[in-house]
Amino acid sequence: MNLTKTLLATTALTVAAGMAHSEDMTIVSWGGAYSKSQQNAYHTPYTDKTGVKIINDESSAEAVSKLRAMNEAGNVTWDVVDVVAADALRLCDEGLAMEIDPDTMLADAPDGTKASEDFGDLLVGDCFIPQIVYSTTVGYRTDLIGDTAPTDICAIFDTEAYPGKRSLEKRPINNMEWALLCDGVAKGDVYDVLETDEGQQKALDKLATIKDDVIWWSAGADTPQLLADGEVVMGSTYNGRLFSLIAEQDQPVAMLWDAQVFDLDGWIIPTGLSEERQARALDYIMFATDTQRLADQSKWISYGPARKSSAPLVGKHAELGIEMAPHMPTDPENAKNTFLYNYEFWADYRDDIDAKFQAWLVK
Amino acid sequence: MSDATPAQTASSSAAEARIADAAHTGPMLAADGTPLKKSLNRALRLQKMRALALIAPLLIFVLVTFIAPIADMLFRSVENEIVSETLPSTTQILVEWDAEGTEIPGEPVFEALYDDMFFAKEAKLHTRLGSRLNYELTGVSSLFRKSGRKVEDMGEVYQDQFEDLDAFWKTNENWASFMASDGWVAAMADWKKADGAQPAFELREGVAEMLPATSVSYLRFADFVQNVDEDNLYKEDPWAIVYSSLHKDLTGENGVSSYTGPAAVELKAAATAASTFETVNFSEAFQKIDKDWHDLEVWQTLKVYTPKYTSGYFLNAVDRQKSVEGVEKRPENQRIYGILFFRTMVMSVAITLSCILLGYPVAWILANLPARQANLLLILVLLPFWTSLLVRTSAWKVMLQQQGVINDTLVWLGIVATDDRLALINNQTGTIIAMTHILLPFMILPLYSVMQTIQPTYLRAAKSLGATNWTAFWRVYFPQSIPGIGAGSILVFILSIGYYITPEIVGGTSGTFISNRIAYHISSSLNWGLGAALGAILLAAVLLLYYAYDKIVGIDNVKLG
Repeated sequence: MNLTKTLLATTALTVAAGMAHSEDMTIVSWGGAYSKSQQNAYHTPYTDKTGVKIINDESSAEAVSKLRAMNEAGNVTWDVVDVVAADALRLCDEGLAMEIDPDTMLADAPDGTKASEDFGDLLVGDCFIPQIVYSTTVGYRTDLIGDTAPTDICAIFDTEAYPGKRSLEKRPINNMEWALLCDGVAKGDVYDVLETDEGQQKALDKLATIKDDVIWWSAGADTPQLLADGEVVMGSTYNGRLFSLIAEQDQPVAMLWDAQVFDLDGWIIPTGLSEERQARALDYIMFATDTQRLADQSKWISYGPARKSSAPLVGKHAELGIEMAPHMPTDPENAKNTFLYNYEFWADYRDDIDAKFQAWLVK
Repeated sequence: MSDATPAQTASSSAAEARIADAAHTGPMLAADGTPLKKSLNRALRLQKMRALALIAPLLIFVLVTFIAPIADMLFRSVENEIVSETLPSTTQILVEWDAEGTEIPGEPVFEALYDDMFFAKEAKLHTRLGSRLNYELTGVSSLFRKSGRKVEDMGEVYQDQFEDLDAFWKTNENWASFMASDGWVAAMADWKKADGAQPAFELREGVAEMLPATSVSYLRFADFVQNVDEDNLYKEDPWAIVYSSLHKDLTGENGVSSYTGPAAVELKAAATAASTFETVNFSEAFQKIDKDWHDLEVWQTLKVYTPKYTSGYFLNAVDRQKSVEGVEKRPENQRIYGILFFRTMVMSVAITLSCILLGYPVAWILANLPARQANLLLILVLLPFWTSLLVRTSAWKVMLQQQGVINDTLVWLGIVATDDRLALINNQTGTIIAMTHILLPFMILPLYSVMQTIQPTYLRAAKSLGATNWTAFWRVYFPQSIPGIGAGSILVFILSIGYYITPEIVGGTSGTFISNRIAYHISSSLNWGLGAALGAILLAAVLLLYYAYDKIVGIDNVKLG
């Protein structure tokens, strides 16, 4: 065990020494358009202001396991990591992310509102620093869907009115909630029902009615590609992906905002950093999550800023020149019927329900 | 052999004499008088050592970078120290509790739980244990998270009462006056942050006997402040738990009535008052935090997973689970790994067979073409090998999907109706097609190099002796190419049972492998123990198959060229 640790540490050290200068900061994110929006809104201004060079690492998808491995090896090479809130909660539970006091470590809103109030409910767990609100929602092909465009999430389950394949994510989260909603469970009772074995079975039974019509996706890019190819008539994915499919690639696709599930993405600071690096990471966080910076990010990608005070500052897309507000999941027109991902519930039930869901899938 | 040369260069007559001598008197001797056998062995050993030294860098490299991490990872499939390390006192007392009964544990267990939870919370370990146990029982994760948040308040009842009684109890300077040795207090007075490490805390003589519980709590508190937080212990006020321990000691048997050391007055006054203090029932307090603490199942799970090593992960990996009554099958709707292991094996065999079917003719053509053309074709075989795996797999997606190239062509040719397109992807067919393509070079290359060594004259000889084309091939050529098939099959089979990217992308739900679940547990659910158990089983299965192959075909019959 010690041998492994020494080895891992040496390897990590060598790699780190090769990569990072002491004045550099490694920031981990998702890559693609999302990293680009962060580069423009946060990294470049921060480097201009402080001279700290930022190295982008696109490992957010494996952040949880990599951080755990680094932590065990005793050499954390990442300074700030972008993760979804559920992963942040997990990292916090595992002691891999640093606890944050929003009022002292994050900037106040311009009008003096404390950060804890400005972020409000979005401060999930003790370690998570929210950045954006995104949603998982359904997009459909306007040319293949038939005469009446769907307005209701239950269109997913209605194969008579909307024949054709649909794509859903290969995990229970979101699908189970939608299945119960469309099986007549009231929105407020969904998680109470899902706590019980019968409720879980009920959701799976509802999903079973369309099992043969579903293509299960595991990467965020799958549904946009399947929609573009006409392989499916509708499918769930992140709203930003659908935005770029519709606005940037001009595909005949429209969004069904009904029962969109809000989720959060944001930063964590790993534990085990040296004092100097931790101070720098905190300084970056203070800068990058202030009201203006969060609003700036939405110029580049259609995700809503996590601060209430940033909402009025959302402007036009920096390259396309279209007004971004109507494309935000948080826009009142889109947010008539929404769902907030229940972090506590899924932290508890994820293992159990996932086992049942996967067993159901393979049968 | 240099050391042996003197013996060899000895004059022949002398040697003959010695041989004759040896026949009569015993072992043959070298020139220096030692027995020849020994001298030779020494020479050989030296040579072996030198050879070993030459390969040592490689050996150490393989050992350190390959064997050790794998062994470490596999070890996690049985390791379960986290439970007894995080809750040391609770698990100790819990041993006596009858898990098969219908009663939840009594107050002493909850008191111990309070102690353990308190320190686990300070060290931020309680949520980690919660996630660990949540793999076994749903809901433990939030139970621990919630309890950690509130456990600090539980003992404050005592802290408040002590502090209300006498302001003496508020500061650690006063506490240290009777808890710490004089030497430590003196050393602390001189210590400054710039000096580096604090003098390690020492208990005053006799305190451990007089206040046993308080001493234990205080030591843990001191250790944490000094070594984890690295704060000045002298200035850090004791945690609530120290007060509840003190209350326990003062109301216990020992008492402080005969004590005369520092703070004797305060201690005696506190002892008198302590019997009238409002007390905390920890069992009820925990129930108030979450009613699940009075749930029998929680305690049963805790008890079942108390040992340092557990078979739980392995049982889980074969669709079984541990309970207080022993091992039982998982509920029908959670059994998944048996199906996946079986599917992985069957599909890997199918992929290996299709690689043989497709690869054999290609290798034959390659081996029988003139070198120039053969090299060109070989590049074509290798070209996909040099392309990114993801690119190749995604290309298959474009080819195979229902609106894809193959289906479009079939529809255009009128072979398939447009609303009845073939499902070639997101199922087992997709996985087999894509993986056969990806693994084909691993079959062709060994086949090709073996076939190159087969003399074409043998075939001609067979034919000139009257064999038909088929007989000549089947009786003469094919048997000689079997070592190539063997090598290719082993490579393809072993590679394919460990694949997960391709099945993940093109396999849908019916074409995924066990490796996909391993990947999920390693990177997503963080249940490394279960991932390691699944991996260990997969490794064992491969070794078993390899052993069977060696017995049936013989590993010596495998050639890579």
